[in-house]
Amino acid sequence: MGKTTAEKIFAAHRRDNPSGENVVLDLDVVMCHEITTPIAINDLVERGLDRVFDPTKIKVVIDHVTPSKDSKTATQAKILREWAHRQNIKDFFDVGANGVCHALFPEKGFIRPGNTVIMGDSHTCTHGAFGAFAAGVGTTDLEVGILKGVCSFRLPATMKVNINGTLPDGVYAKDVILKIIKDLTVNGATDKVMEFVGPVVDEMTMESRMTLCNMAIEAGATCGICMPDRVTAEYLWPFISGAYSTVDEAVADFSKWHSDADADYDSEITFDVAELVPQVTYGFKPDEVKDVPDMEGTPVNQVYIGSCTNGRIEDLREAAKILQGRTLAPGVRGILAPATPLVYSTALAEGIIQIFMAAGFCVTNPTCGACLGMSNGVLAAGEVCASTTNRNFNGRMGKGGMVHLMSPLSAAAAAVKGCITDPRNI
Amino acid sequence: MKNFSGSALFLDRSDINTDEIIPAKYLTENSKQDLKPFILEDLTLAGFDQSRDIDKAGVIVTRANFGCGSSREHAVWVFEVNDINVVIAEGFARIFRQNMFNCGMLAIELPAADIDTIMAMGADVQIAVDLEAATLTAKGNQEVTFDFDLNSFDKDLVGAGGWLAYADSKY
Ligand code: SF4
Repeated sequence: MGKTTAEKIFAAHRRDNPSGENVVLDLDVVMCHEITTPIAINDLVERGLDRVFDPTKIKVVIDHVTPSKDSKTATQAKILREWAHRQNIKDFFDVGANGVCHALFPEKGFIRPGNTVIMGDSHTCTHGAFGAFAAGVGTTDLEVGILKGVCSFRLPATMKVNINGTLPDGVYAKDVILKIIKDLTVNGATDKVMEFVGPVVDEMTMESRMTLCNMAIEAGATCGICMPDRVTAEYLWPFISGAYSTVDEAVADFSKWHSDADADYDSEITFDVAELVPQVTYGFKPDEVKDVPDMEGTPVNQVYIGSCTNGRIEDLREAAKILQGRTLAPGVRGILAPATPLVYSTALAEGIIQIFMAAGFCVTNPTCGACLGMSNGVLAAGEVCASTTNRNFNGRMGKGGMVHLMSPLSAAAAAVKGCITDPRNI
Repeated sequence: MKNFSGSALFLDRSDINTDEIIPAKYLTENSKQDLKPFILEDLTLAGFDQSRDIDKAGVIVTRANFGCGSSREHAVWVFEVNDINVVIAEGFARIFRQNMFNCGMLAIELPAADIDTIMAMGADVQIAVDLEAATLTAKGNQEVTFDFDLNSFDKDLVGAGGWLAYADSKY
């Protein structure tokens, strides 16, 4: 019997089998941000265990609230900063160099096919786009990861998600994953690895694959995974050109992580995207999804473009197509948070920032910002936001606020119309 | 080991998420105790009144996919500091479930029919867990004992007082 990608990664990293169902894996990358790590650091210090298993495998960023907004967030940043310095962690990203973790770390080439990755953040599943096993964990798992370089998981059951057809104009990875979550529900992939395959995924850029894998957790999945291929190798080339003589050689090597043809899947589902239209959430759960035309005319107060889901350069380019030569509808606030400094500077060089500003958008520094309602765009009670983020939970962007999740193109369309509207008609 | 018994608090809804259990704005607290008053602050559920119900609660009984959403362990700590060390549900989100055992607490899965039975026992239901036997007894207007699955690793985590103590002695 063949193996799935996740099974191959588990087999290559197995440290221990504490029971028939559980395995303890050696970790290649442990990522940390300032919201969930400081408590772990304080606890390790209190226990007299202020050490790290390998400073080169720990990646640290201040991203959720940055620059710090008050004494409490400044303290969190300080704890993380001093720890990174004390533990000799070189890959530490502070104000000026920082950006949203799941956009910044891939851009730095930290995630490679076959890796095991954890972070104290549920959207760590994003990094499965590189053919890695990447899972969000709590603070205790993070502490053990920092200290020992291991994490426990149940044996992975893989759900194969075939995505067939060709994406119609105006329809993006975000629409595909929203539709998948709608069909699976928020509990449909709990404890499973979602393996995204098929011609649509093959055609996707790494940015789009990250959007797809980013929201696997919203269906309950442990991780999303895409097969590492030429697109992966070309994206990573600046970082792997020392290890391989050609891209072809990297592609061939990466294929060892592909699921075998006779792999045993827990389940399999198939989507055809040929007839898919732009998707949007309407309630407080990410599976409460409708076609955008069915929400046409829903007024919005704010439009937020950014986050680890859709704050990358291709997302900004798509939004700019609509914003070019247009302005925000009266009474609508627009906020753009490029996900990383590189996204920001690339958007500046391409004139995209100018397009957003001419349209009337506020451009913030790279940060999570309004996505989790901690800074930069919190809603007042009763306000509505068209957002490119990944969660619409009650209170997520501010108590009493309503968040409609959608693609960058749909968000830009909402910005210029002042209501949810079909971007294909603009 | 922690206290695994107490008065049941019924949260009769599926998909209760971590933002409802502890909103993100409290994630700037650097002490578990400081989270205490904010438990389930954003949960709107018919019949649930945070100011009335939390003080006497010792065990949560709820439906499917409890603890979905964010990885924040604050969602477990906020129960711990309110002396709630057991959550009984039809099912859990993976990270929440793991966080419970990692803290030496119990996330117990029961079939929907058993949850129905417990919730039908009246307003005052006392629950006690026998870890060795992997059973729990619910006593309301009747008394029923249920078996649950507890794998050996999860049991070892509870016995060790959590994953850090377990891992530090073993790896
Ligand atoms: S952008 Fe939002 S979802 Fe992504 S890591 Fe930041 S807070 Fe989490």
